[in-house]
Amino acid sequence: MTTFSGTDLLCFRGERTVFAGLSFGMDAGDALVLRGRNGSGKSTLLRLMAGLLKPEQGIINWSGENINEEPEDHNQRLHYVGHLDAVKAVLSVSENIQFWSELRGCEVNVPKALEVFGIGFLADVPGRFLSAGQKRRVNLARIIATPAPLWLLDEPTTALDADAIQALEKAIATHRQEGGMVVASTHSELGLTGVETLNLDNFSIARSAA
Amino acid sequence: MSRFIALIHRDLQLSMRQGMDNVMVVMFFVLAVILFPFGVGPEPGILARIGAGVIWVAALLAAMLSLERLFQTDYEDGSLELLALQPLALEIIVLAKIVVHWLTTGLPLLIATPILAIFMNVPSDGFWMLVFTLALGTPSLSLIGAIGAALILGSRRGGVLLSLLVLPLYIPVLIFGVSAVDAAIGGFPVNSHLMILGGLLIAAIALCPWAGAGAIRQALET
Repeated sequence: MTTFSGTDLLCFRGERTVFAGLSFGMDAGDALVLRGRNGSGKSTLLRLMAGLLKPEQGIINWSGENINEEPEDHNQRLHYVGHLDAVKAVLSVSENIQFWSELRGCEVNVPKALEVFGIGFLADVPGRFLSAGQKRRVNLARIIATPAPLWLLDEPTTALDADAIQALEKAIATHRQEGGMVVASTHSELGLTGVETLNLDNFSIARSAA
Repeated sequence: MSRFIALIHRDLQLSMRQGMDNVMVVMFFVLAVILFPFGVGPEPGILARIGAGVIWVAALLAAMLSLERLFQTDYEDGSLELLALQPLALEIIVLAKIVVHWLTTGLPLLIATPILAIFMNVPSDGFWMLVFTLALGTPSLSLIGAIGAALILGSRRGGVLLSLLVLPLYIPVLIFGVSAVDAAIGGFPVNSHLMILGGLLIAAIALCPWAGAGAIRQALET
C-alpha cells in the first residue's frame, strides 16, 4: 500500500473542470514532479494535497486515512511552499523562521537552516529589505528548519538563482534520503533523480531512471 | 498553550513595530468624542446626558477602524494560508488574533475613556460604570468584528462592507452598555444590564472564533 495517495480526484474551479479521474501514489523517498501548461491545475492539485481545498470527488489518503478527516494531523506532517513567501516586513529573517517553528512545537536550529540556503548573513535583517529571491530562500529555509515528511512545493524555483536552485536540489535529495516525500510543480528542470513526472495535460505518469 | 502564546507574541511584535496604527485609533476615538461639544454646544447638562452614549458609539467606531487589517495583511502575504496549515486548530489562531486586537485597540480605548468621561461631564455616579461596561463590552466588539474581518477577505472595498456587516451586530452590546451607565446615574439597579453584557461576551467567545475560522477557510479555497 502506498503511504500518500489520491484516487479518482475531481476538481472544479468556478464552472470549469480542472481535472477529473486523477490518481497518484507515493511512498517514503519518492518525488513527484507536476508538469503541465499554465492553468492545467498544478497549484490546485498541491492545494488539494495540503488540504486547503477539498476534492469534489475522490479521496486523498495518508496511510489509509482520509487527510480531510484529521486536518491537524495532516498539517503536522506537511510543509507547503506557495506562490507567496509569508515573510513579515518588520520581523527579522530569524524571527520569521523562529515563529513558524514555534507553531509546530519543535526546537529549531535557525542558523543551520539559513546556512543551507546561504543566507546566514541575513539573519538579523528585517524582511522588508530582502529581494524576491532572498524571500524565497527564507521561505525554503523555513521548511528545512523543522522536520516534516511531506513537502509540497509550488514552483519553488521562482526568483531563485543558480546557486539557490542547486541548494534546493541538494536539500530535496537529503530529505528523500531520510525517507521524506516531495511533490513539486515546476516549469524548469529540477535536477532530481528517480522522480515520477505527472503531466497534467494528459494525466500521463512517467518514471525517470534512478 | 505555548503555541497560542507564540502567536500572541508575534502579533504584538508586528503591531508594536508597525507603530502608528494603534495610536491613530485612539486619536480617532478622542477626536470623535471631542467633536460633540462643538456640535451640540458646551452646555454641561446636555453633555452629561449624552456623554456615555457618545463615548460608547465613538469606541465602537474606533474599534471597527482597525478591524479591516485583522486578517487582511496575513491574507495578502500568504501567512494566513500557512497559519491554516499549522498543526493547530484555526479557531485557536483566530482567537489569538482577537486577543491581540483587543490588547492593541480595546485596552488603549479603555485607558483613554476616564479622561474623555471628565471632558464630557459624565456624572460621577456613572463614571466608573462607564469604564466597567467598556471593559466588559470591548472584547465582544473585537470578537464579533473578527467574523466580519474574515468574511471580507479577498473582496475589494472591504472596509465599507465590513462596517455594514458588523455595525448591526454591535447594537445589542451598545444598548446594554449605555443603559447600564444610565441606570447607574439614575440610581437604578445595574445588575441585569451587566449580566446581559457579560452573557453577550460569553456567547461571543464561544461562537466567534468558530465562525471566523469558517469564513477564513472559505476565503482560502478561492
